[in-house]
Amino acid sequence: MSVTPQDVEKVALLARLAISESDLPEVTERFSRVLNLVDELNTIDTESVTPMSNPHDMEQRLRPDIVTRDDNRKALMASAPAQEQGYFLVPKVID
Amino acid sequence: MSWEIVMGLEVHLQLATQSKIFSGSSTQFGASPNVQADAVDLGMPGMLPVLNEEAVRHAVTFGLGIGARIGQRSVFDRKNYFYPDLPKGYQVSQFFAPIVCEGIFEVPLENGSLYPIRITRAHLEEDAGKSVHDEFAHETGIDLNRAGTPLLEIVTEPDFRSAEQAVAYLKALHSLVTYLGISDGNMAEGSMRCDINISLRKQGSDELGTRTEIKNVNSFRFVERAIHSEYERQAEILERGGAITQETRLYDADQDTTRSMRSKEVANDYRYFPEPDLLPILIDEAYIDAVRQSLPELPTAKRERFLAEYGVSEYDASLLVPNHDMADYFESVARASGAAKLAANWILGDLSAALNRHELSITESPISAERLSGLVSRVEDGTLSSKLAKQVFDALWQGEGDADQIIAARGLKQVSDSSALEAMVTEVIANNPDQVAQYIAADEAKRKKLSGFFVGQIMKASQGQANPQMINQLLLEKLESQS
Repeated sequence: MSVTPQDVEKVALLARLAISESDLPEVTERFSRVLNLVDELNTIDTESVTPMSNPHDMEQRLRPDIVTRDDNRKALMASAPAQEQGYFLVPKVID
Repeated sequence: MSWEIVMGLEVHLQLATQSKIFSGSSTQFGASPNVQADAVDLGMPGMLPVLNEEAVRHAVTFGLGIGARIGQRSVFDRKNYFYPDLPKGYQVSQFFAPIVCEGIFEVPLENGSLYPIRITRAHLEEDAGKSVHDEFAHETGIDLNRAGTPLLEIVTEPDFRSAEQAVAYLKALHSLVTYLGISDGNMAEGSMRCDINISLRKQGSDELGTRTEIKNVNSFRFVERAIHSEYERQAEILERGGAITQETRLYDADQDTTRSMRSKEVANDYRYFPEPDLLPILIDEAYIDAVRQSLPELPTAKRERFLAEYGVSEYDASLLVPNHDMADYFESVARASGAAKLAANWILGDLSAALNRHELSITESPISAERLSGLVSRVEDGTLSSKLAKQVFDALWQGEGDADQIIAARGLKQVSDSSALEAMVTEVIANNPDQVAQYIAADEAKRKKLSGFFVGQIMKASQGQANPQMINQLLLEKLESQS
């Protein structure tokens, strides 16, 4: 499968990655190589195989519905670059 | 040109749990910002989610409540997008294998018929945090208390053809989930939020038009208004030959209009993949049976039973049943008094009016079901006229004891003793010769009106305690004998 530079730009935008104009050809080439490998894997017949959603052959353990966490805001917010009145502050978001 | 509206709904239902879906933080509403967000909710590196068993049980309960197929092996997936109130950069949701699969939900319409809506799926997911835009001049504040709150997203097929149907569905859904006890259904606190997928097509066409999605509408009234407003907008574009842009829109209640959410346009590519931090949820038949056994009587069944067992009207049932606290209250009064129709009248009439006036719910009623049934019993056995009963009702509301205590204390017993009543009638007739003459001269239609005067006089003389039916009868006999 061949990937265009536009595909790479779209994926980069979705992943919030900055890829410079000069790096774009090489990244495009590397993307293509990975996807070619996937194409090759896709030729294998997996009709009778149950899709694996997790490498561990186990089921999800559940926990009882009990509140076990107290307010730990002070410690958890210690590394936030900006905060006020108990809120994390981020650059203005406008919808 | 006439357009047909086609809609599907997605409801985000907040599940009633103490703790979050993947962490031990509290889900209580109204706390100070960020005091109910732990390292898992904040998406700190290395933190791992552990699934809340109650969230799973609630989801299965919902599935069985609408007779849907339960996904016995369901899987969590990551829905990837960037937004400041989503600290991990992905929402844990279920995309490929939801916990509740296809089902049919029968929505009672106002005319008493049932309108079947196909449920596509319902899946478990975590809520995001809250962005606060108004508090700060140059920044946005983020409160992650809500992040990780368990949600059930309930998705329908595009089966709605009118705003009324959509609202009827939401009301029925609200009733169902509160009956099931899986959500508090508090819409003002965001426990039930609705996304509306809406498109128009020419009447008679089978093809679907391009749709828009209106996000996060949180009241029945706004849903109705948002639909009407978006219908007008799309119809106007189509009428002049334009094309609808597929996009996400927000309903602005102040302007009564929808507007485009530009920031979400590029992001509608979520690249779902299985969540590696969580294993598949396996649900066996024994578990499903146990949940099925624990299901309460559901609104549709209760409605049928109220009609059959208590003989209430379809209309009364449609008002009594949706709120299960109201239904329970009615049933207590009906059983204790043995007068179901009268009980329904009092609950839907005076009691509901008083509760509305004081902005109280039925569970906060100052008159208990037991006390109201005391009143209803005294109306049923003829002790109280409806006029006296209203006095007793007011006294009950003020907490002046039970109905019998109030009747005794105020001497409110209705006079049904025929000799006493006869004496009153005779007296009134003797005291009002002019009116009697008028009555005798009048024709049949006018007589009815004129007799009201005498009844009024007698009720006044008896301070409202005369039995009105008996007065009417005695009065007619006396007046007829004079003419």
